[in-house]
Amino acid sequence: MSDTLPAPSTPAAPERKVSGVPIRLEGVTKRYSGQDRPAVDSVSLDIAAGETVMFVGPSGCGKTTLLKMINRLIEPSDGRIHLGDEDVTSQDPDQLRRRIGYVIQAGGLFPHMTVGTNVGMVPRMLGWEKQRVTERIDELLDLVGLDPDVYRDRYPKELSGGQQQRVGVARALAADPPVLLMDEPFGAVDPITRQRLQDELIRIQLELGKTIVFVTHDFDEAVKLGDKIVIFDVGARIVQYDTPEAILAEPAEEYVADFVGAGATLKQLTLTRVNSLELRQVTTASVGDDAAEAVARARAAGDDFVVVLDKRGRPISWPTLAEVSRMSTVPPTVDERLPVVGLGATLNDALDTMLAASQGGVVVLGRRDGMAGVVSIEAIMEAIQRTRQETAG
Amino acid sequence: MWDFVVDRRGQIAYQAFQHVSLVVQCVVLGTLIALVLAALVYRSALATSVANAVSAVGLTIPAFALLGFLLAPFGFGITPAVIAVTFYAALPVLRNAVVGLAGVDRALIESARGMGMSRMATLLRVELPLAWPVILAGVRVSTQMVMGIAAIAAYVLGPGLGGFIFTGLARLGGANSVNSALTGTIAIVLLALVLDLLLLLLGRLTTPRGIRV
Repeated sequence: MSDTLPAPSTPAAPERKVSGVPIRLEGVTKRYSGQDRPAVDSVSLDIAAGETVMFVGPSGCGKTTLLKMINRLIEPSDGRIHLGDEDVTSQDPDQLRRRIGYVIQAGGLFPHMTVGTNVGMVPRMLGWEKQRVTERIDELLDLVGLDPDVYRDRYPKELSGGQQQRVGVARALAADPPVLLMDEPFGAVDPITRQRLQDELIRIQLELGKTIVFVTHDFDEAVKLGDKIVIFDVGARIVQYDTPEAILAEPAEEYVADFVGAGATLKQLTLTRVNSLELRQVTTASVGDDAAEAVARARAAGDDFVVVLDKRGRPISWPTLAEVSRMSTVPPTVDERLPVVGLGATLNDALDTMLAASQGGVVVLGRRDGMAGVVSIEAIMEAIQRTRQETAG
Repeated sequence: MWDFVVDRRGQIAYQAFQHVSLVVQCVVLGTLIALVLAALVYRSALATSVANAVSAVGLTIPAFALLGFLLAPFGFGITPAVIAVTFYAALPVLRNAVVGLAGVDRALIESARGMGMSRMATLLRVELPLAWPVILAGVRVSTQMVMGIAAIAAYVLGPGLGGFIFTGLARLGGANSVNSALTGTIAIVLLALVLDLLLLLLGRLTTPRGIRV
């Protein structure tokens, strides 16, 4: 089944990989009896394959109803829905949903099943062989940054909110569906965890290239994650459908400008990503390495700290040289407060993370949570200056 | 009394076996009926309240009266006993099953449906397992209750330890009459405790680790 995913060893392709299919809504309408105005009023929308499209709007505007009509958890009263070349409006809904990943708030994991069973749910329904399901579970847990050996047999209640949400994403991706629907998935976690989950989603999407439809009420989240943003008003009326840059630069109506909020110059900060900065390469050491040798290497490179990587190459701490030289080998201690962001994180996120950890820099994670480099507060300030000059001029 | 028990140990053991066998079979049957009924009604608010009312009213019918009614169509013997005991066994399970199924988090059901599970699969793989601890609590209540009701079933000449009680009470003042009634009563209480313990064990074994408290 690895033929559906890029082999882990292939370097990131310069062009974006697309494994999704386009979605096309034609005059999709939902009327509830006893209400004079339809909840969703004749919406037509084209979503390109492999794009992440964010649905934003005030609560009760019909964005969630529209999302749920794509996998027909809510049956449309009128209109057609196309997935790729197929009209799925009258297809068997259970069969249809097995081809569409669905992620809800807090993951919606089944508490009476292990993490592995949860993730393997859809492949088993599709009749995959046992061996293939087992391999797929491990592959997906690895993809969302959870060690399969540690987490496969745990129960959801033994996981943190962020971990549960990761499993939720893994479960939705299990049968490699071309389309992923996400209904305010990160609404129930704390800001720092939310930001990490967002980074992770960006990284996963870069690897997989699914067509993602994502409902949120958080405009910053929409700007960060979306290739395109749809702004809805009541009745799921589409007010503006464009790239985040275009919406920020030219809000289509007063309504959008209000929704986007003031301080649009600083909002541009959420448009600049960490991967557009030059990452500083620093000395790394693996757990168990000789400490003196690591210190010597760091001194030679002019660093005053080393980043410690675990056996899977993920950064776990960044002790100063003074700390390291007191030990004989590089310690396996995990620094829970180590500030990390993903490559897709915004400058806003990076600044937030530094402030929360009271650190002058942040470790940037690349593929499979490996280290991509370090960004310092100076580099961010410089980028802010640059952006402000650009917008001013 | 000890002599009474020792003299009739064969008969007591046989009646005890009959009693437990009647109760266990009727509880299993009653549970199945209750689960099917609960699965039919729990999605509708109206049907749910009807089911709750039926189980509340049903439990207030005196067992004697019900057995009396059943005598007319079915005569004496095992049939009216089984019907009555199953009826009472089903009611607490029905109530708990409806409550348990209604208590399953809507988000989990939506999650199950959203990944392409059919209604039936959602019920069997998600809703029933999650409601299971509550259902099992109902089974325990109903087992305790029908241990006593099965004794009354001896009135219609059903099997079980009720025979000792009725014989004893009928010959009150006669030789061994109190011994007979006491033996029947104590044996029922002891067996009820043993059954409850077994059900507790069943609960431990059948409740998934993830939802154990």
